[in-house]
Amino acid sequence: MEVIFLLIAVSLVLAGTFLFLFFKAMKSGQFDDDYTPSVRILFDNHPKKLLKDQPTKPKSYE
Amino acid sequence: MKSSLSPRTSVKCFHCGEDCEDHSLTKEKKCFCCQGCKLVYEVLSENDLCDFYEIEANPGKSQKLKSSQLNRFDYLDDAGTQKGLLDFQNETESHVTFYVPLIHCASCIWLLENLYHIHSGVIFSRVDFLKKKVQIKFLHDKVSLKELVNLLSTIGYEPKINLSDLDAKKDYTSDKRTIKRLAVAGFCFGNMMLFSIPEYFSEAKLLGEGFKGLFNYLNVVLSLPVVFYAASDYYTSAWNAVKQHQINMDVPIVLGIIAFFLYSLWDIFGLNQSGYMDSLGGLLFFLLLGKLYQQKTFATLEFDRDYKSYFPIAVTKMVQGREEVIPLAKLQVGDLIMVRDEELIPADSILLSTKANVDYSFVTGEEVPVPKQKGELVYAGGRQKGEPVLLTIQKSPSQGYLTNLWNNESFGKSKERLLEPLATRISGRFTWTVLTIAFVTLIVWSFSDFSIAVKAFTSVLIVACPCALSMSTPFTLGNTLRIFGRGKFFLKNAGVIERMALLDTVVFDKTGTLTDPVNARITYNGEALSEETLSILKSMVDRSTHPLSNRINYWLGNKKGLSLDKVQEIKGQGIEASYKGQVVRLGSKEFVENFSEVNIQGGNLVFLTIEGLEIGYFHIESGLRDSASGVIRQIEKSYKLHVLSGDHSHEQISLREILGDKIQFNFNQSPTDKLNYLQKLNDSGHHTLMIGDGLNDAGALQASQVGVAVTDRISHFSPASDAILDADSFSKIPLFLSFAKDSRNIIKASFALSFLYNIVGLTLAVQGLLSPVICAILMPVSSISVVIFTTLATNAVAWKKGLLTQKTD
Repeated sequence: MEVIFLLIAVSLVLAGTFLFLFFKAMKSGQFDDDYTPSVRILFDNHPKKLLKDQPTKPKSYE
Repeated sequence: MKSSLSPRTSVKCFHCGEDCEDHSLTKEKKCFCCQGCKLVYEVLSENDLCDFYEIEANPGKSQKLKSSQLNRFDYLDDAGTQKGLLDFQNETESHVTFYVPLIHCASCIWLLENLYHIHSGVIFSRVDFLKKKVQIKFLHDKVSLKELVNLLSTIGYEPKINLSDLDAKKDYTSDKRTIKRLAVAGFCFGNMMLFSIPEYFSEAKLLGEGFKGLFNYLNVVLSLPVVFYAASDYYTSAWNAVKQHQINMDVPIVLGIIAFFLYSLWDIFGLNQSGYMDSLGGLLFFLLLGKLYQQKTFATLEFDRDYKSYFPIAVTKMVQGREEVIPLAKLQVGDLIMVRDEELIPADSILLSTKANVDYSFVTGEEVPVPKQKGELVYAGGRQKGEPVLLTIQKSPSQGYLTNLWNNESFGKSKERLLEPLATRISGRFTWTVLTIAFVTLIVWSFSDFSIAVKAFTSVLIVACPCALSMSTPFTLGNTLRIFGRGKFFLKNAGVIERMALLDTVVFDKTGTLTDPVNARITYNGEALSEETLSILKSMVDRSTHPLSNRINYWLGNKKGLSLDKVQEIKGQGIEASYKGQVVRLGSKEFVENFSEVNIQGGNLVFLTIEGLEIGYFHIESGLRDSASGVIRQIEKSYKLHVLSGDHSHEQISLREILGDKIQFNFNQSPTDKLNYLQKLNDSGHHTLMIGDGLNDAGALQASQVGVAVTDRISHFSPASDAILDADSFSKIPLFLSFAKDSRNIIKASFALSFLYNIVGLTLAVQGLLSPVICAILMPVSSISVVIFTTLATNAVAWKKGLLTQKTD
């Protein structure tokens, strides 16, 4: 049963790491804008190629 | 008849998608509507950025109206102005954030984030689409702030820089503070719960004493961040209240936290028992969750705008016949300034040019520009339409007829002081009751068993901690805030709802609030108009953006336009067209010339002549909103009604006919009169709601207990207020008012519910029967059931009232 000591230590360190990462992400502004990245990810270095595969016009974001 | 290409079948501009009127502006077989659009295309194609046109079709905005004045950004060379605008600066880099209203599609994001292709001085740019903001990092040795703004303006994304941008940057951290504290509380609570579970079951015995001790000590360690970090806001709030001899909701919470913590320490270290640390973690976690829920904000809306948000940073001053762009702060009385088309008049001044046409729609809500003659006083806040005009400054920008409002003392007061929240009033009595019970328990028990006496004393404090009590308010109000938001009624904060529930007087502004430009009443007087003339008129007003043209256009309905030989609009005066060799003129009296005298009070007149002969005139009066009379009839049942208007009283009789005679009308009200009127109502003990729309209502909105700004375009314009109402939802005002009352009743009901839990808990506590298990069960059950009750109740009421049926994003 002594393995539980180790497990507790591991679980606390792991959870603490996630908490730390969450703070870091928040400080870097990850949660400030939750819309623009969804548009940005669709940009390509060569959108012309992309558009050939896409017969329909991309919808307007207005 | 001339055979020319009809403009209606013409090619669309490659940049902005508007019709090209002539086909001469082409480049690489692409047609453009104006020089501006063509220029943007040229800049982009030179820099190999034509992907801009691939992401969306015709993504640009028309460049026709763009000012071509080259020196208009000169003020950006001023070191003081730069310092105010920049977010950050070191030896090499500068960071700046601009508000660019023209951001509207994916192409915009793409282009603005590829700025570094156009100018090597830009090292990074990032768009926040919803806020329409772009953050740019640049090397100030390679590109100055002025050059950067010029560059943005060249590609069609001119940033909007206003006076308020110079003030200290706003602090958005209060939300983040709560989230951080919530994360810490959640982390600690979760882990403490895990370490405490064995204690609730018999498994702890299997693990042996060593584990039990370890778990308890771990709980103590984990409770430290909760007590000393996550809960810190409650200490300051409670301490501030106590200092002012008041008891707010946070005082009993802090008492509870202290009792929880100290008793658990004693329990763990002194008695080798398990303590209540997990319940303490849970308490803070739920409390902070409620706090965050209540802090719902509408990121795209701003509630604190004053006149500075609309005033420009710089003005064009004339010095010995030369133009000089100076910051507004340096403007002095007596200065000579030039105001161009679409520019704002920054200070009360006297007109030196022969004629001006001033659009006061920001100020009064009236869309139609007002003509001004030489020598007349022009108030700050108006927008010149048409030719550039010369003005001489009479008063400094902050001391004008309108801006003087903000010097009134009511702008320094916080409205939160006006009404003590329900929870605060209850918590006072609550705290004294709990303390009395606790001490009585202590005294009674100490006669028989002192250790039980201490235990029962702390148990009372622990269990009576108003967790459920303090959660009912934030969750009810938070949910109400969301339901209002769905109905396009956006509140500044949750405190507004409680103030709304107690209102007894409603004051409306007339122009722009009760009236609606779309509902203008148009009467035509004169010779009957033939179908052909109507069609000519239609094609003429189609070309104009003037509000009166729009209204005539609306009146003409779906008439078909014809192709005219020549159409020309002279801004602020009228439209001239020629059709089959005849000159048709539509516009002001001076514009059409030689029109006989018309004697009509109020409203606006638009005259029509053909070949210099009188045909007739349109009389255009502002009409009431469709829903106005319905809203008034519903509200007047339970509220006193007042209407304030800056206009003359000639409309009073017709208004009275439509709106009923219970309303008190007040005409010829200046912005300051409106403010004083509201203050007088408040002083006589009324709880006032002001509904207005223009900057001239800003004082009244501030002085009222709840100020609601009505606007047609939510993100565009609204003076500082407690709430912003989309004009589409105007008819729902009575619903919103009664729903605010309902949510107050729901808070009261949930108070009753949480008192029930407290009575159960206290009965156990005074007998010294409270154990960690009971505490761990009672605490979350009471909190969660209160949350569920308030959420369901508000939703059910909203559903019944029809506020939830319509889903809007």
